[in-house]
Amino acid sequence: MKILVPVKRVVDYNVKVRVKSDGTGVDIANVKMSMNPFDEIAVEEAVRLKEKGIATEVIAVSCGVAQCQETLRTAMAIGADRAILVETPVDLELQPLAVAKLLKALVDKEQPGLIILGKQAIDDDCNQTGQMLAALADLPQATFASKVEVVDGKAQVTREVDGGLEVLSLSMPAVITTDLRLNEPRYVTLPNIMKAKKKQLDTFKPEDLGVDIAPRITTLKVSEPPKRSAGIKVPDVATLVDKLKNTAKVI
Amino acid sequence: MSNSKASFSWSDPFNLDGQLTDEERQVRDAAHAYCQERLAPRVLDAFLEETTDRSIFTEMGELGLLGPTISEAYGGAGLNYVCYGLVAREVERVDSGYRSMMSVQSSLVMVPIEEFGTEAQKQKYLPKLVTGQWVGCFGLTEPNHGSDPGSMITRARKVPGGYSITGNKMWITNSPIADVFVVWAKDDEGQIRGFILEKGWKGLSAPAVHAKVGLRASITGEIVMEEVFCPEENAFPEVRGLKGPFTCLNSARYGIAWGALGAAEDCYTRARQYVMDRNQFGRPLAANQLIQKKLADMLTEISLGLQGCLALGRMKDAGNAPVEVTSILKRNSCGKALDVARMARDMLGGNGISAEFGVARHLVNLEVVNTYEGTHDVHALILGRAITGIAAFTN
Repeated sequence: MKILVPVKRVVDYNVKVRVKSDGTGVDIANVKMSMNPFDEIAVEEAVRLKEKGIATEVIAVSCGVAQCQETLRTAMAIGADRAILVETPVDLELQPLAVAKLLKALVDKEQPGLIILGKQAIDDDCNQTGQMLAALADLPQATFASKVEVVDGKAQVTREVDGGLEVLSLSMPAVITTDLRLNEPRYVTLPNIMKAKKKQLDTFKPEDLGVDIAPRITTLKVSEPPKRSAGIKVPDVATLVDKLKNTAKVI
Repeated sequence: MSNSKASFSWSDPFNLDGQLTDEERQVRDAAHAYCQERLAPRVLDAFLEETTDRSIFTEMGELGLLGPTISEAYGGAGLNYVCYGLVAREVERVDSGYRSMMSVQSSLVMVPIEEFGTEAQKQKYLPKLVTGQWVGCFGLTEPNHGSDPGSMITRARKVPGGYSITGNKMWITNSPIADVFVVWAKDDEGQIRGFILEKGWKGLSAPAVHAKVGLRASITGEIVMEEVFCPEENAFPEVRGLKGPFTCLNSARYGIAWGALGAAEDCYTRARQYVMDRNQFGRPLAANQLIQKKLADMLTEISLGLQGCLALGRMKDAGNAPVEVTSILKRNSCGKALDVARMARDMLGGNGISAEFGVARHLVNLEVVNTYEGTHDVHALILGRAITGIAAFTN
């Protein structure tokens, strides 16, 4: 069984992002970029399934600019066997629907038994790609996975839901999106970084896959969240109740 | 033409990140993740209690941080010197002691074995040193012979089947926990030669040196050799003279040049955060001109220094780095890092004295780093000789 693992190159979680002065987006010039942490969990899970002998091949895929190759090399250093880059123009905003369509084309091409990807990317926080892919490819989906097992040809996925844990059994192929507690990704080792350099990385253009990636949503404006103002101290409970009632109007 | 739209990075003004290859960035990130997540939480206790965690060698070995430049044939990652420097910088960002443990194992033990050792020596020692299964140490300095190792008194007398080695080595990183000892001694002809000794050999002991004020997370000791028999197969066959130990030191000093700036970066980052957060006279400390001037000095020295380290790394990888360039940078990085650490200590006021705030620990560590592997002054003399052709350190 093959596992397809889509990974996204995002601004590193340690970077404090700055909104561009013209309000068109955030400034990513000379900013440290890394693999989306949820996708790192997805790669780790796929590699563990391979190490258990359940999967035979792990294919990492990324959609975006040429530099996404670096993200794919990291996925291969963790243990993915090969990688596919769908290279898109620098000035084009790639939206979840377009990515889901590209992934659908790759699912048709590669015929994986599982597609494991992060539940969302930490840059746009859309939380849509996995679900859209499941719909487009007409596959069962389990989102927010905290445990994945393959038993008797079915994927058994534990999900974190509000009331506790929900366990789903999915026929495969299936789409699984990962939550934070699914696993703790391993540290990449230096010898594996070197080995990853020699692994196969194929590049496609969206037109090779017959996909129109034009954005369907227009970003009107990006702005910083309003600055939080400092709190105040009240002398007694009566004032507190009064403030809650008349100033904050919450009771 | 300068571009007013280009944004300035207070942590990487020359975009060092952009001057690295994908692979070099990956190596740095891999080292950074391990160091910050696994080493940083342990360092305060290790420093205060003067304890060395042996398992760090095993962990570093698993990740390939030991001997990253060693050939893949012997279990290394076969990475370039820029990668080695980036790893040293990430480890020393946490603590110079941890970087010392790693540098000794990588540059002072594995480099001579790979460079001067026989095939059998390489096969026997390198794979176990790369994984951290064995710890190595390097014995050159003696109690009365520091900057002038050529005057060493340790002797390797020829005996049937090998050598009988007698002498004392001092200030030896890792020695009390070492399995493998690369030691340098003079033979019957008065030539300096290298020998690989193993723990447990008769006459060999390595007592620890206690009460160090710096590098407390990294164990240091002596090597005491009383007629230790070293078989012929454990001597480096070809290399003679100071070239042997200096080849290793040159590699280690290059790592120190990067590493010391890693410690300086940590001091700068901590000081910057501190002065932004702490208010006195109703405004952040960072609002004072004196503080801003210090931050500007720190960033200037660190970022210029790193550019030098990268340039040297590229020269080493191209195979055309004169040793004097390593002297420039070992000296500059250590001296400047020490200045940065002192400034940071000062900017943190009373809190700067507390070990909890990290900068005082870096400061006392850097006092050692500025001294070992060629003091600040001795590197000046090496450069002075290269500039004038006149050696000031000999009569």
